[in-house]
Amino acid sequence: MAGRIKIRAQKKGEMTEVKALMRHPMETGMRKDQAGESIPAHFITDVAVLHGDQTVMQAHWGAAVSANPFLGVRFQGGQAGDAVRVVWTDNQGGTGEGETTIR
Amino acid sequence: MITRWCLLWLAFPAWADEGVFDQYRDLMGDDNPAIFVIDEGEEFWYQSQGPSGATLEACDLGLGAGVTRGAYAQFPRYFADTDRVMDIETRLIHCMETLQGRDRTVTAAKPYSLRGDFGTELEALVTWLAAESEGVVIAPEQGHLKERAMYALGEEIFFYRAGPHDFSCATCHEQSDKRIRLQQLPNLTDHHDAADAYGSWPAYRMSQGLVRTMGWRLQDCFRQQRWPGLTFGSEVSIALQTYMAVNAAGGIMTAPGLKR
Ligand code: HEC
Repeated sequence: MAGRIKIRAQKKGEMTEVKALMRHPMETGMRKDQAGESIPAHFITDVAVLHGDQTVMQAHWGAAVSANPFLGVRFQGGQAGDAVRVVWTDNQGGTGEGETTIR
Repeated sequence: MITRWCLLWLAFPAWADEGVFDQYRDLMGDDNPAIFVIDEGEEFWYQSQGPSGATLEACDLGLGAGVTRGAYAQFPRYFADTDRVMDIETRLIHCMETLQGRDRTVTAAKPYSLRGDFGTELEALVTWLAAESEGVVIAPEQGHLKERAMYALGEEIFFYRAGPHDFSCATCHEQSDKRIRLQQLPNLTDHHDAADAYGSWPAYRMSQGLVRTMGWRLQDCFRQQRWPGLTFGSEVSIALQTYMAVNAAGGIMTAPGLKR
């Protein structure tokens, strides 16, 4: 059930604070399973935070990020009720998306 | 210089330093990746499965068919329909068999995630059910003779020394404020420690990226104890859980926890 994102966005003074928790195994490709077979790499490569249709953060991730990664971002502007989205794609072509409104 | 160093040493209680894990907990605040697993568990509960195509909604967890709120906090308990004391994990396997018609040799074959897995159905169900008891007082049933016998057996095993190192559970869990390397060791004979420990499982293990259940925790302690593997759902496992739950009784369920 990878692909889910729990996301919260809260207005704090001038800034909007976004917290996003993503459901993803983030397999490095370096581990072996109980049978000794290697577990294929499976990790998020690109993640972005959008305020409306404007990208306010973009990052390239790799195998060093933990399973079920947690992302915290603050950006300027944003009003209560505005939409904030977090989207990612992974190395296997999977995607995830979560949306919330600023509180 | 020496005195200063000693004072510094004294200033840190044995349990204070989990280093990066404390830092992770601080950064996470109230967030726990277990919330995904809670949702997944709830979905499994309402999902039609097995030859009977039934959901688990009619499963009796001790408070009546389908009652999930507060049920976890009263396990392990005696069930007349099986004439056994059961923990929540074996009760769920029982419901999968009786309600959904699923073969227990399949459903109980791999209860816990292995390396590379991303959670099992049982782990998810137990996590959701524990969340359904969050804030509830730990109150395992001890009215039935078999429940009291289970506690007595658990106590006996807890103190029973065996294996290549002659370890018992008590070897590592009978004293307060001790640790092995950086891992704090709860004193499971003490009510407060037992309540904190028992009430915080199932828990998200940061080092594994998975939620683990109390059944898994015991298997891992058997390994640390250099004892033969603990069979899932065995009387020994349920007895030890009963022993801990009763010592924890009166404490509050806080699970799912967030562990190193
Ligand atoms: C060799 C020492 C050792 C023995 C013996 C041992 N444990 Fe543990 N136990 C540990 C350690 C270390 C931890 C903490 C593990 C960690 O943080 O990874 C632990 C953790 C636990 C926890 C979780 C505590 C918490 O607060 O989360 C429980 C419950 C537990 N053990 C029960 C038992 C039982 C029951 C037995 C006997 C079957 C047992 N242990 C035997 C070392 C031991």
